[in-house]
Amino acid sequence: MSEIPGDLKFMKSHEWARVEGDGKVTVGISDHAQGLLGDLVYVELPNVGDRVEAGTACAVVESVKAASDVYAPVSGTVVETNAALADKPETINEDAYGEGWLFTVEIEEAEQLNELLGPDDYAELLEDDDH
Amino acid sequence: MIQKTILNDTHRALGAKMVDFGGWDMPIHYGSQIEEHHQVRRDAGMFDVSHMTVVDLRGARVREFLRRLVANSVDKLKKPGKALYTCMLNPQGGVVDDLIVYYMSEDFFRLVVNAATRDKDLAWIAAQATAFDVEVVERPEFGMIAVQGPTARDRVIGLLREEDRGRVGKLTRFAAAEAKTETGVDLFVARTGYTGEDGFEVIVPEADAVAFWNALLEAGVKPAGLGARDTLRLEAGMNLYGQDMDDGVSPYEAALGWTVALDGDRDFVGRDVLEQQKASGAPRQMIGLVMDEKGVLRHGQKVLTPHGEGEILSGTFSPTLGKAIAFARVPAGEIAAGVEGGVRVDIRGREVPVRVVKFPFVRDGQPQDGVLA
Repeated sequence: MSEIPGDLKFMKSHEWARVEGDGKVTVGISDHAQGLLGDLVYVELPNVGDRVEAGTACAVVESVKAASDVYAPVSGTVVETNAALADKPETINEDAYGEGWLFTVEIEEAEQLNELLGPDDYAELLEDDDH
Repeated sequence: MIQKTILNDTHRALGAKMVDFGGWDMPIHYGSQIEEHHQVRRDAGMFDVSHMTVVDLRGARVREFLRRLVANSVDKLKKPGKALYTCMLNPQGGVVDDLIVYYMSEDFFRLVVNAATRDKDLAWIAAQATAFDVEVVERPEFGMIAVQGPTARDRVIGLLREEDRGRVGKLTRFAAAEAKTETGVDLFVARTGYTGEDGFEVIVPEADAVAFWNALLEAGVKPAGLGARDTLRLEAGMNLYGQDMDDGVSPYEAALGWTVALDGDRDFVGRDVLEQQKASGAPRQMIGLVMDEKGVLRHGQKVLTPHGEGEILSGTFSPTLGKAIAFARVPAGEIAAGVEGGVRVDIRGREVPVRVVKFPFVRDGQPQDGVLA
């Protein structure tokens, strides 16, 4: 299993969120999720300025095999999207926690972050999934 | 209980990601489905297809039985070793399964049928066979490995004993022969496959399957999973049972009219329905689609045409073309090629225009005319 970065928060549905410290949160899908999906060939991102709501679908990642919704870990306004993914969606396969980020949200309620899983809890979830 | 082929441990040792494939624990890929796809298009890859079923038919009246059982004409099979792709139909003209028939000798024909339809097929074949006194014997003691790609035949031939190499090398497409490996393993080698590439499908006794697989590995053939097999076969314009056709779809509605032989007065199951469709037209048709916008066409998406709505059957991202391709079943009626056809696909509420193209999309590694626009 790949290393899970210690500074991330996770959803059970395998999205990660990184608090950037200026009220912004960057969102991606976990390395485990990209592994399950296989080769990614298309990403449908929200538009800058869109409002996303915690727990609802706001992006789609498509592998050769399947299309999967990406859920917003927190509510807020999209301030940036990873435009490079349009031509190189496989970046998510190669670097899910880094260059493969999806979008950044200006967060509305910081408390929502407390409802997400810490790295250890997420690792535990993955282990349980394996059994 | 989930079934395993004899190569199950071998796949795991090679790092395969395993999935439940119609009740079989099979490798979907060994790391990257796209790399395995390209490997087959450019060099050679191998697929464990041991989940498919070999059924041997024996008896004096086997040919007569097959004239009744399948929609293509087994009378095209004149030389032992020749093979025929055909559909076996129900009385309503629907496809019970698509299969390959091999002519071994006048009292012995061999069928290879799909894995997911095995029980249904065997029951259907057995029920039809009694009237012809034909013995139907499933051969689960065989493994099957498909070796596909431009270098596939050479690599297999290199593993055969000297005296069999020339003969197997001369096999024409859709012909098979028995041969032995250098180590004396009995093989049934057929120049068939499901990828649009040249290659062999090799039937090997289960006890020898792992060693043969490993010998192929050493000969430079890389393992490929059923994920790549699916993208390859769709590029090659080949139907997948259960997705592109089933019991409720006639061969004409599945672009398989070329496999139907309305020869003489041969009374095959479903013939009257097909004759009617041939005369007055089938209500639906299968078309090939390419999407130039980014995204992936998927099974079940709604397709809008000038003649009404249909749906995507098989749809995927084509690694060779770098675009989404699909089969769709839509109402009958002339549809112009290209975007002029006015066909759109509903992708998550958005109507995306697609181009109507002839298939295969890719043949022998090359995009076919009009596919890339």
